[in-house]
Amino acid sequence: MSDAVIIASDLRKQFDNFVAVDGIDFEVRPGESFGFLGPNGAGKTSTMRMIGCVSPITSGSLTVFGLDPNVDGSEIRSRMGVVPQSDQLDPELTVAENLLIYGRYFDISRSECRRRTVELLDFVQLSDRANDQVDPLSGGMKRRLTIARSLINEPELLLLDEPTTGLDPQARHVLWDRLYRLKQRGVTLVLTTHYMDEAEQLCDRLVVMDEGRIAAEGSPRNLIDRYSTREVLELRFAIGENDANAATLEGIGERCELLPDRILIYDDDGEEALGEVHRRGVDPVASLVRRSSLEDVFLRLTGRALVD
Amino acid sequence: MTSRAIALRIVPVELLAARRPQRMVERSVMFYRHAWLILVSGFFEPLLYLLSVQVGFSSLIGEVTYDGVSYDYAEFVAPALMAAAAMNGAIFDATGNVFEKLRHSKLYDTVLATPMTASDVALGEIMGAVTRGSLYSIAFVITMWAMGLVGSPLIVLAVPACVLIGFAFASVGMAFTTYMRSWSDLEYINAVTLPLLLFSATFYPLSAYGGWSWIVYFSPLYHGVVIVRGCNLGVLEWSMLGNMAVLLGLSWVGLRFTARRIDGLLLT
Repeated sequence: MSDAVIIASDLRKQFDNFVAVDGIDFEVRPGESFGFLGPNGAGKTSTMRMIGCVSPITSGSLTVFGLDPNVDGSEIRSRMGVVPQSDQLDPELTVAENLLIYGRYFDISRSECRRRTVELLDFVQLSDRANDQVDPLSGGMKRRLTIARSLINEPELLLLDEPTTGLDPQARHVLWDRLYRLKQRGVTLVLTTHYMDEAEQLCDRLVVMDEGRIAAEGSPRNLIDRYSTREVLELRFAIGENDANAATLEGIGERCELLPDRILIYDDDGEEALGEVHRRGVDPVASLVRRSSLEDVFLRLTGRALVD
Repeated sequence: MTSRAIALRIVPVELLAARRPQRMVERSVMFYRHAWLILVSGFFEPLLYLLSVQVGFSSLIGEVTYDGVSYDYAEFVAPALMAAAAMNGAIFDATGNVFEKLRHSKLYDTVLATPMTASDVALGEIMGAVTRGSLYSIAFVITMWAMGLVGSPLIVLAVPACVLIGFAFASVGMAFTTYMRSWSDLEYINAVTLPLLLFSATFYPLSAYGGWSWIVYFSPLYHGVVIVRGCNLGVLEWSMLGNMAVLLGLSWVGLRFTARRIDGLLLT
């Protein structure tokens, strides 16, 4: 018997004649932070909604806490927290009331809701906004409030759908820091993202999703090792000169990707590859040697860039 | 297992799935605590109705014959307006307000991510509309009493009667709301409630409709009017159980529909 928090096997979700999730298998273990990485429309949100018991599965099997979402939806939902993509805060209530009433939906007593509200507002650094309306809050504050709300029932499992999409870099770092603390407390995190840096920051393990299927699975480091080289050389040329130069560059590095705006050369030693480029008399407008990231993994697996 | 299956057949499924509908009411109370002006504004409608009756109609009309007995016109029409106010309040609450939460603020999506169910949302929001409506019904009775329009102490029974009217119209209204695409669809509500107000034996007895009186039976509001009017005139009849049954049936159908629609719309 597995102690996994979530087990999905051959999980499918179909809407009319559109297949959103096309037979995926994965397991999420207690205390780990697990990511679904993929572009818009890859089936990440559909998968999250099925885990969150707000979307019936079409076929295959899914258990959460060892329970069947179809039968024990309420029970499962009572033990998890959900941070939806569009915060969905209650605009008719204040910041503190948003947490209070949310706790009441879980049948938590009023006094306990009040105690947790104070604690959580402190945790997400919103104590001074407790009695304000929700609408004037910044995007980052709303997101933090949504995370506080999802924690009111002290969940064992937290689902985060694109937690930092649309936030500025500073707000993202604050959020990552809070999520990291939750992870340290032993909360299992499941998140979707189309940001590579986010996946690398937060996920112990992730699956790369594309068109409803899982293209690869592993830790960020492991995926990079498997599907990319240690370093990448990026070359930029004047407009229209990409193709001509690509021919000359052939054979340099392990692999080469021709993108609309630049050429990527995959090689364990980027500087060495750059030297070879110069030796062949090619003179790019700009060049950059960097470490491989999940972006490269995605490009390798799907032939497409992740965020355009 | 079998006994549960049988229970599911007998007891309405939607009511079984509702565990904590009162949380939706709790949320509304929280909202009205700082939007009390909206709550108070609802008290003016009955006041205006009653003033128009007191000042206008009754001075012109005087007496009306109902069930063979002659009554003061104001005593006759005031309870009908009370029933109509219960209808309007409930429908208003269950359409515009619910539409906003269903389509725009996504409140119900948020609620359904918790242990709450679609039935909790449906029953809870209808209960909220009914609770608010009962406050106005009580105010209506007090105003009637202050204006000397109360004909019988049985008028206190008009309050629960209006709860029933409110429940019927709120649940049907909310079911309609789940089909609304935009705010302009609210026009349909007016297109239904205005004829109901005018042709539910509200302003004159059923006998005045002559050969067309059978049509009036199809108006749910008529069945409410009969009960509330009976309360004010101090005449309770067994046939009122039939009127109640119509309103109960409507409540039941509306509630069932609403829960199912919310499930189908949001839990996809």
